[in-house]
This record gives sequence, C-alpha cells and structure tokens, in this order.
Amino acid sequence: MSDSLKELYQEVILDHSKHPRNFGKPEHFSHEAHGYNPLCGDTVNVYMTLDEQDIIQDVSFDGKGCAISLASASLMTEILKGKTKREALSLFDQFHKLVAADGTDLDAGEDTERLMVLAGVKQFPMRVKCATLSWHAMNSAFKGAAETTTE
Amino acid sequence: MNDMTVFDVERIRQDFPIFSEKVHGKRLTFLDSGASAQKPQAVLDAVHDAYAKTYANVHRGVHHLSQQSTELYEGAREIVRAHMNAASLDEIVFTKNTTEAINLVAQSYGQLALKEGDEILLSYLEHHSNIVPWQLAAEKVGATVKAVPIDQNGEFLLEEYLKLLSPKTKIVAITHISNAIGTIVPVKEVIEAAHNMGIPVLLDGSQAMPHMKVDVQALDVDFYVFTGHKVFAPTGIGVLYAKNEWLEKMPPYQGGGDMINRVTFEKTTYATGHSKFEAGTPPIVQAIGLGAAINYVNAIGFDTIAAHEQKLLAYATDQLSQLNSVKIIGQAKQKAAIISFTMEGVHPHDIGTIVDQSGVAIRVGHHCAQPLMDFFDVPSTARASFALYNNREDVDHLVQSIKTVQEFFG
Repeated sequence: MSDSLKELYQEVILDHSKHPRNFGKPEHFSHEAHGYNPLCGDTVNVYMTLDEQDIIQDVSFDGKGCAISLASASLMTEILKGKTKREALSLFDQFHKLVAADGTDLDAGEDTERLMVLAGVKQFPMRVKCATLSWHAMNSAFKGAAETTTE
Repeated sequence: MNDMTVFDVERIRQDFPIFSEKVHGKRLTFLDSGASAQKPQAVLDAVHDAYAKTYANVHRGVHHLSQQSTELYEGAREIVRAHMNAASLDEIVFTKNTTEAINLVAQSYGQLALKEGDEILLSYLEHHSNIVPWQLAAEKVGATVKAVPIDQNGEFLLEEYLKLLSPKTKIVAITHISNAIGTIVPVKEVIEAAHNMGIPVLLDGSQAMPHMKVDVQALDVDFYVFTGHKVFAPTGIGVLYAKNEWLEKMPPYQGGGDMINRVTFEKTTYATGHSKFEAGTPPIVQAIGLGAAINYVNAIGFDTIAAHEQKLLAYATDQLSQLNSVKIIGQAKQKAAIISFTMEGVHPHDIGTIVDQSGVAIRVGHHCAQPLMDFFDVPSTARASFALYNNREDVDHLVQSIKTVQEFFG
C-alpha cells in the first residue's frame, strides 16, 4: 500500500465518508445549492440557515459521492457552523490552496488544521474536484445560484 | 509481426511498446481499452513513416509526394472496405471519430427524412454519442427519440423492440456492443425487423470492431460507424460505412474543399460518394495508421482474438464473482470482454484511485451512458475492458488490487 494512498485515505476521511455528519435535508433553510460533477455524475446538495448577521446557524448536506467528496462535505459542515459568510468564503479560499495549489501561505488556525486531513488530495489531481464539490456548492448557495458544476 | 498460427499473448504484448513502461513503479495492467486501445509498433511505424517519408497533402498535388500520400491514404480506405466487406469504396466515409460519424448521419439523414411527429428508435444501452446527436436532429423538426428497454441482466429486449417499431419510426440507431456493460445486441434480428417495415438501421460499432469481424453486406446494415483509436489506430480517424443509396440522397454535412464538383458564387455542385461528406484536408496520417491497425489485427485473426478474449472474460468473471463485495453489472448471455462492477460501500472513483496505485488502469464513472446507469440505479461503475494484449496475469492483478480496496474500506 503506497504512502500517498495512506495519506489520501486517512482514518478521519474514511470515518467521515462512512458516517457523514450533518447529512440530510433539513425542514427549514435559507440558502441551498446543488453541486454536480459531470465527469463522474456525483451530486451534493448544501443547505444553510443564515441569521441576520450572515452567521451560519445551521449547515447540512446530502447527495451521492465518493469517499473524498463525502468526507470533504462532512468536514465542511462541521467547520462552517457558527462562521460568518465572510469567514466561510475565506476558508474556501484556504481549502482551495490546500488541495489544488502548492499549499503554502495558509493561515494558521484550528479550522485550517482540521482541513489538513485532505491535503493528500494534492497528490491526486484527478480527485481535486471531488474534494472541492461541496465547497463550490456552498459558494453558490451564498450567491443565490441554485446550481453549480465543477466544470 | 511474427507468424501467428498459435495465439501467443506474450508475443502480442511485445508488439505494444507501452507494456515496457512502468506505472507508479509497477507493472502496467491496462484494462481500459474500451475507452481507447494501445498502439502496436506496426501502427507507430506507419504513422512515423507517413510523416517522415511520404508526407504531403492528398488529392490535389501533381508532385511525387502528393501522389504517394494519396495512394497510402486511399489504400487505407481500401483496407477498411475489404475489412468490413463493403460493396464499394464510395461507401467508406472517413470521419474524425464515431461521434462525428453519428452526427453526420443524424444531421444529413435527418434533413432528408425526418419531420414533425417522426420517431427515432435507440436503446438503453447507448453511449451519449448515439443519443445526443439524435436529440439535436429531433429538436430541429419536432421528432421524438424513443429507447428500447433492457432487463436486469442488461439484455436487449427484442420483443419490446418489435413493439416500439412503428410507421412513425424513421431510423433505428443501436449500439452493436454496449460500451458500459458489454452486452452484444442481436443486430441481425434488429435489422431484419426494421427492414421489414422499410426502416434503415445505424449500428454503433465502436466497441464491436476491436473484438469481432463485421461484414456490413451480410448484416445488410444501412449505416455502420466506428472509431479508429479503439481498434489500435491513432485518434482523429473514424469511419462511416453507408449504403450508396443513402449517400446519394443525403445532403452534404459540411462544406469546404474536396467535397465539391464545381464552385461558382451562384451555385456549387457536389462531389459524389464518400467525397461529398469529406470536406477539407482529411486526417491523412491517422487514416494510414488505421489501415496499419486493421492489417495488424487481421494478421492475427479475429477468430483467435475472440477466443482469447472470451477465455479472459470467463476467467475474470469467475474471479471477480468470488469477491463478496463485488457486484457485476450486466450479465448478458452474449457479452464482449467488458466487465462493469460496483463494490458495496465503495464509490467507483475510490476503487479507481486505489487500484491505479498498483498499476491497474480501469475506467470509473458513468461511461457516457447515464440513462443506463439510471436504469441500474447507480451513479457510476468501475469497468475493466479487455483487448487482445491482456492476459491472465492482468486479471490476477485486478483481483489483487480490489482486495487492497477491501482492506481500506473493509
């Protein structure tokens, strides 16, 4: 078993993919978006409830996806709860740097630290879109776009 | 290539330089020929020589190289004609690939024969390239696309097909072999039934051509399309076989050089036969490569190739069936050496990434066949597709690498 595979499929990732947190469509929400990856057919729906100060009171997701996309979405929902819209978008930027760019100049902090479990994705360029699908959907939900694709 | 009285897969593998390459430091186990096949040295040499020794544009020069290039290019057309047993060279139209060949027929035949209320009959087994061009043609005139259903084994339902054929049906366009699950469609029966009602038939032979010999006259098929890169030829070359009677009636698909008889600003008259449908400088070297590829497989012989692949299919099916977590999607009685499968609790993309680390190349995804995936209620599958150069060791590596997947997700 190669080291890069072990790094990609860490225990935390496998745990989140098998037991995704905040999974399911809530009865009430203020923002939602549908994410779709046309390459593999995977889908994710992100549901958020924002208060008047643009603070994410609740966030959940559902959909079908691989271990990487499910784990990434699950982790995202855990981290975003209680964040402002601005903080959430800044974390998206951080996350993108982590998995798709060279991973340098990341802000220090607890949330970035938690996202580091997905750093292994960088070794697998074909899987970057799996990891970012739910984040793109979150971004679209803020913009009020109902649909987003990874293309 | 050596004399092939007895099929020796190890000797075949030596004809393909790619197999001396390593992937992640491992032996390459290439099980993705259904997406695109590897190239034998004979094809690489033909392509190299065409550029290095005889290259010039075709059909227009009077100089030596242009003549040589034209002879090789048209020679490739003759190789394709003889291989498919077409009645005349005029019936072999070179295209970019299968997709372009189907778009050509959908647009041109569509313009000739489709009108509001007409029906185009496809099946659930189709690749998107044999769905979307028909939808575009149908939308233009207000025609409808219908699809022949399959059963849970992935078997084409002939009785349902017969029920769907109607006077409204203006063309039947069906795959010869399913790219996603390997089902071989009973095309002889499909064609006979359509012809009894005066309906022409297009067969998508993309997956059939690498595995079997196709005789278009014996089938009496109206249109037969395939792509070169899946039969060990370069990319960028495909073939549309069409009966002359259709090519004569059908309007041009694209305008340009080479497809004309006489051009004035008032009126242009068109070339006839295949030339009418081949606008612009064609994929010269790619066609020459296709000729070399067809010569290569014919020297081995399709009886031998098919027997070898069917043995591999049986072995792989048996080995995969012994893995509890693996479910094979598509168990038609007549199958080409293509196995689609899913694993309980593991997404195909994760399977693909993990087996790749062992040097095993398989395709994961919807295989451009989303209606078929919807039918089986899966977003995607993992697919191992075999070709003449695969051996039992490839199957063993696949099985071994799937066990690694089980270790991860077990």
